[in-house]
Amino acid sequence: MSAVRKPSYLTDGIAQIGACSLFLLRILAAVPRSLRHFRETVRQIWFVGAMSLTIIMTCGLFVGMVLGLQLYYVLSIFGGTAALGTVVSLSLYRELGPVVTALLFAGRAGTSITAEIGLMRATDQISAMEMMAVDPLAYVVAPRFIAGLIAMPLLACVFNALGIFGAHLVGVSWLGLDNGTFWSNMTSSVDVWKDVVNGVWKSVAFGAICTLIATFQGYTTAPTSEGVAYATTRTVVFSSIATLALDFVMTAFLM
Amino acid sequence: MNEEQRAPIADDVLIRVRGLSTVLNGKTIFDKVDLDIPRGKITAVMGPSGTGKTTLMRHITGQLAPDAGEIFVDGQNVVRLDRAQLFALREKVGYLFQNSALLTDFSVFENVAFPLRQHLSLPEVVLRNLVLTKLQAVGLRGAADLMPHELSGGMMRRVALARAIVRDPMLIIYDEPFVGLDPIALNQILKLIRTLNETLGITSILVAHELAAISRVADSIFLIAGGKIAAHGKPAELERGETPWTKQFFSGEADGPVPFQYPAPDYAAQLGLTGARA
Amino acid sequence: MAQRQSFQIGTGLFILLGFTALAYLATQTTSVANFSQGESYSLKARFTNVGQLKLRAPVKIAGVRVGSVDKVVLEPDKLDALVTLSIDKRYSQIPDDSAAAIFTSGLLGDQYVALQPGGSPDMFKNGDEVILTQSSVQLEELIGKYLVGGGDSAKSAGDKATGTDKPAKP
Repeated sequence: MSAVRKPSYLTDGIAQIGACSLFLLRILAAVPRSLRHFRETVRQIWFVGAMSLTIIMTCGLFVGMVLGLQLYYVLSIFGGTAALGTVVSLSLYRELGPVVTALLFAGRAGTSITAEIGLMRATDQISAMEMMAVDPLAYVVAPRFIAGLIAMPLLACVFNALGIFGAHLVGVSWLGLDNGTFWSNMTSSVDVWKDVVNGVWKSVAFGAICTLIATFQGYTTAPTSEGVAYATTRTVVFSSIATLALDFVMTAFLM
Repeated sequence: MNEEQRAPIADDVLIRVRGLSTVLNGKTIFDKVDLDIPRGKITAVMGPSGTGKTTLMRHITGQLAPDAGEIFVDGQNVVRLDRAQLFALREKVGYLFQNSALLTDFSVFENVAFPLRQHLSLPEVVLRNLVLTKLQAVGLRGAADLMPHELSGGMMRRVALARAIVRDPMLIIYDEPFVGLDPIALNQILKLIRTLNETLGITSILVAHELAAISRVADSIFLIAGGKIAAHGKPAELERGETPWTKQFFSGEADGPVPFQYPAPDYAAQLGLTGARA
Repeated sequence: MAQRQSFQIGTGLFILLGFTALAYLATQTTSVANFSQGESYSLKARFTNVGQLKLRAPVKIAGVRVGSVDKVVLEPDKLDALVTLSIDKRYSQIPDDSAAAIFTSGLLGDQYVALQPGGSPDMFKNGDEVILTQSSVQLEELIGKYLVGGGDSAKSAGDKATGTDKPAKP
């Protein structure tokens, strides 16, 4: 039993990864059953997706503006400011869009998923569902998982669009770069499959890993206020690490 | 239903537990416990805190598998049921949680409607009438549109009760229904338990330690202590009981078979007194 | 009920917004945007070196985009690159002695094909070949020649920059 076993960070970590993977299998098995709760899935897309729009749009705009400023400065050293649109769009589509969206998502939606499921666990709502013969995996966890899968790529696209807008604002409206140069350089070097679609795949994967971690932490939390607090922190920490690690692996494969 | 899982049980026994043994976190909770819960009666399960009353309920509803033993509920061995069969059985059981466990995102009406929406696809009119009927039974028809956080503890428990009975179960388990209630709310719950049992003939299991309240409704009482059934009988019999367990429990003595002191190393040794002497 | 309706509408709007953003990114900021040209005709041009010229790179006359690079293949017998240019039908009045050159936009920008109009009264027709071509200038080649060869290579680099590169070979 857990009380008897000597705790060790290494074995605990491996056990967590194992339990998390098993949890993923259980979620996937519950997905067909969760289709009955379609309305709940829609509600969760609203909560994790639409409610995250404000932060995603604001951050997207500012990240784009910062990229515009910084890259304009760097490119002007080489006399290559014409490539500003290209460099901004490529860095957004391939890296910053999916990654920053995932990090913001973990902070905004991941924590709320963990806290919500954790409190449902702490207040016996999960047990009550089981007693009412409702599978909490199909009713509570799977809809949030699906919602994360759907919402994350859409949020990343909105983030990218606002980022491009921000870079355009800084580069063209402020620093006086030619509008035609900005767009034509971008359109001639950005590839829809290699850059845009690969970025979307990345954010689908990040959506899966972030919601998996958030629901797992919430579902397995100790049913106390301290337990929920720890679980919420762990969600942000683990989601961020997992996102960046997965980003490296996916970049290596998708390049 | 699998015929082999059916045991020859008299019709008047709804739940039959045989040889139940459970060890949780190294602590023996149950040691070969046998008990029968009769159909259509109110049975109270009492015992000092931490003796596993709630654990027993979790065994009966299949939320927790025992280490050994068999539990027959309505002829089915809960221990051997798979998830689908267990869910089918649970649809016939209402469970009232200690902290009500209402779904906080839903209104009172939707909370009560939840089991119906999940398992049956009733026309909205029928569902509405059914839910309102149950809310009327617990006296909260007027609170249908409130959210759970707007209710008092007693009202929340009554909503949870309406939710537990909305599918007309054969068995209701009340887990600590009286904790934290004022005398008025307590009497309301008590009245509801009795009414449900009398009018609908629902078998009820009452987990509690409020002796006065229990003796007013329960048909029989099981006293669980030290992993065993310490006593069993009608409320009046147990109050006159002569065993050390019943004596301590029913007269509420601070010390007895249930020790006041949590098991601890020798007092003097821990204070360093014996060490100083040696 | 009303509450349930409202978040369903909100979710629908969110999904629409997301897909609009995706569609915008995919069609307006990528090379897909360059496909939107209408009728076109093709020209061929041979280069000894196309450098970093990519498919769908722009073809420009006087800096204005008139078409794109359609195909780049190696001619097995002559061992030079045959580039097929797709020119918009609107720009059908290009003299058939015009020259094609591969330039780089800026120092680090992408490469494109520039057509320098000639003076011939006859115009290019579909499938014609551009005779006068100038290959992409390889930065490292230039630098290497200046470093190693001194004046002689400076001369050949000068050739590259002025005339067609075929007679530049010694």
